Amino acid sequence: MKEETILIYDGSYKGFLSCVFSTFEQKLNVVGIYTESTTQRNMFAKALSIQTNLEEAKRVALGLKRKVSAIGCRQIFFTFLSELEGIELLLLQYIKLVFKEEKFSRKDFGNPIVLKISQTSKMVSREKHRMEAFVRFQLTKDDIFFASIEPDFNVLPIILKHFESRYADQKWIIYDLKRNFGLFYNLQETSYINLNFKSNEHLNSANTSIYSTSEIDFQKLWQEYFKSTNIKSRKNMKLHLQHVPKRYWKYLTEKSSWQN
Amino acid sequence: MSFERIKEKLNILADAAKYDISCSSSGSKRANKGGLGNSDGVGICHSYTEDGRCVSLLKILLTNYCIFDCAYCVTRKSNDIKRAAFKIEEVVSLTMNFYRRNYIEGLFLSSGIFKSPDHTMERLVQVAKKLRLEENFNGYIHLKSIPGASDELMQEAGLYADRLSVNIEIPTVSGLKLLAPDKKHEDFIKPMEAVKNSIQIYKSEKKLIKSTPKYAPAGQSTQMIVGATGESDRDVMYSAAYYYKKFKMKRVYYSGYIPVANDTRLPALGSPVPLLRENRLYQTDWLLRFYGFDIRELLNNENQNLDLDIDPKLSWALRNRELFPLDINKADKLLIARVPGIGLKSVHKIVEARKYRKLNWDHLRKIGIAYNRAKYFITCDSNSFERRDLSSLQIKGMILQDSTSKFRKDYSTQLSLFN
Repeated sequence: MKEETILIYDGSYKGFLSCVFSTFEQKLNVVGIYTESTTQRNMFAKALSIQTNLEEAKRVALGLKRKVSAIGCRQIFFTFLSELEGIELLLLQYIKLVFKEEKFSRKDFGNPIVLKISQTSKMVSREKHRMEAFVRFQLTKDDIFFASIEPDFNVLPIILKHFESRYADQKWIIYDLKRNFGLFYNLQETSYINLNFKSNEHLNSANTSIYSTSEIDFQKLWQEYFKSTNIKSRKNMKLHLQHVPKRYWKYLTEKSSWQN
Repeated sequence: MSFERIKEKLNILADAAKYDISCSSSGSKRANKGGLGNSDGVGICHSYTEDGRCVSLLKILLTNYCIFDCAYCVTRKSNDIKRAAFKIEEVVSLTMNFYRRNYIEGLFLSSGIFKSPDHTMERLVQVAKKLRLEENFNGYIHLKSIPGASDELMQEAGLYADRLSVNIEIPTVSGLKLLAPDKKHEDFIKPMEAVKNSIQIYKSEKKLIKSTPKYAPAGQSTQMIVGATGESDRDVMYSAAYYYKKFKMKRVYYSGYIPVANDTRLPALGSPVPLLRENRLYQTDWLLRFYGFDIRELLNNENQNLDLDIDPKLSWALRNRELFPLDINKADKLLIARVPGIGLKSVHKIVEARKYRKLNWDHLRKIGIAYNRAKYFITCDSNSFERRDLSSLQIKGMILQDSTSKFRKDYSTQLSLFN
């Protein structure tokens, strides 16, 4: 048995695919894949730093596409975005199955690794859908619709397309405060940006040095609508919370107490 | 725009519109060509109110002035309530501004009937037309078909709306006579028929000429109030099955009657909303549309009402024990779909997974079946399965004992002894 190895990479998806490449090429016995910040000291394993290599990443991606089609690749990418502890190693095991097993199928749900990948990608896909629903734009003075989010998983890369095609005629920013980066659409294209917030000013919609003067009025109308459309005699808080868990309330205009 | 005045109108006209329960924003495809918004077939629920219902569309009435006096309706002529009316531009502006902030998927516009059905329908169409042609809006639009509106107006409505709906409201003709004496059953049917025909015509033209415009691409739906006129579940679901078949409805909605009037013909104010019954009707609706059941299997002369304490699929299975147990590794997909506690997602997973290995209880549980219900009706790759010769009543008792439901207090006085 080859020496146990831990891989350290930069946290990007291409970086992860480079790890996969190295594992196969050097026939490594990988027992953990970490980023610089999440790495755990392991006395018994050798640590190996993997440089992101676009060419290698591309070769792995192409190989995967041949074996599991675009849907399968999407599943692997979504699972990666979950950022769950140890997910890289699980994905590596899964990818080994993909390449090594003659009759591999991503629908072999009796196999615990296959089932786990399918379920994790479903979780991420649910969070993607939630963000497509829960983003709340606020109109700034310079005509940019701005939204803050703190999603459970790193979904910005996979909600980009949805917002780009829907809000094609307005400038917008969706900013992930947890991961400190965002999307900015400038009417032509969408790019990734980093912003430095000095304080929590951007969270106060009544702040007219940032937001358009009518912004707060539209928020009040929306809150009014939200209240009026509720049927009191059918109250069902359990169901309400199931659909809108409390951790999302902060940025929901109709649930947040920032404005009230 | 005066925000205070708009706020007041919104308050009145959203409150009056909320008894229309359809909120679906799915089933339509509209690409965004340089304007605002799109629908890609998947609906999005942007929020949920405290009653647990989804908020997907800005659901309002154009006005709550109405010339009709239907007993079950909150905007009936004789009801002493505040009245208001939106201007067309106000509805357009609200829709655009809410949509731009990602609050909504689109607009659901209904109205009280003022002056005449045609006059009302025309105004609804104007709103949709303005949104589509002047504002370049490609989000979802659901318009109400006003009973009695002309075929020409219905024809135009479908060119701008994604979905059209007429609420039949009262499932039986006799009930309608009792509660809405000014309305005729035919008035509801006529616009449904018109929309169904137009959808067919546009679809077949589209096959020949690609540039044929879309006509109500998300189809039509309707709604029935349950618990207002003493109708049976069989009455309700046979009507529903009829509308699905006859008018190719995308959805029939069931709305547990919420008392809005002191009227001797209706349940008294303050009577509880029949939420559990409503839930069972929806389960039945799903069994019809997705699980391959025929309505006569679930409701018939011997079984005029659904059981409240157990779901309709379990009731059916307990009445048809000769079909079970099924071998999960061999049985036909359609039969597995009939096992209590196995939903369609699990059916699909089971059928795929069993190609690669024989499935045992552990596999099935991980796939996500409701083991407590399903175990009496299936066998799998395991020696442990239900060997006792249990009666249906015994199985029902055991399942109820193992389950918890928020409705429990509503359906059993016996069980509450043990709580």
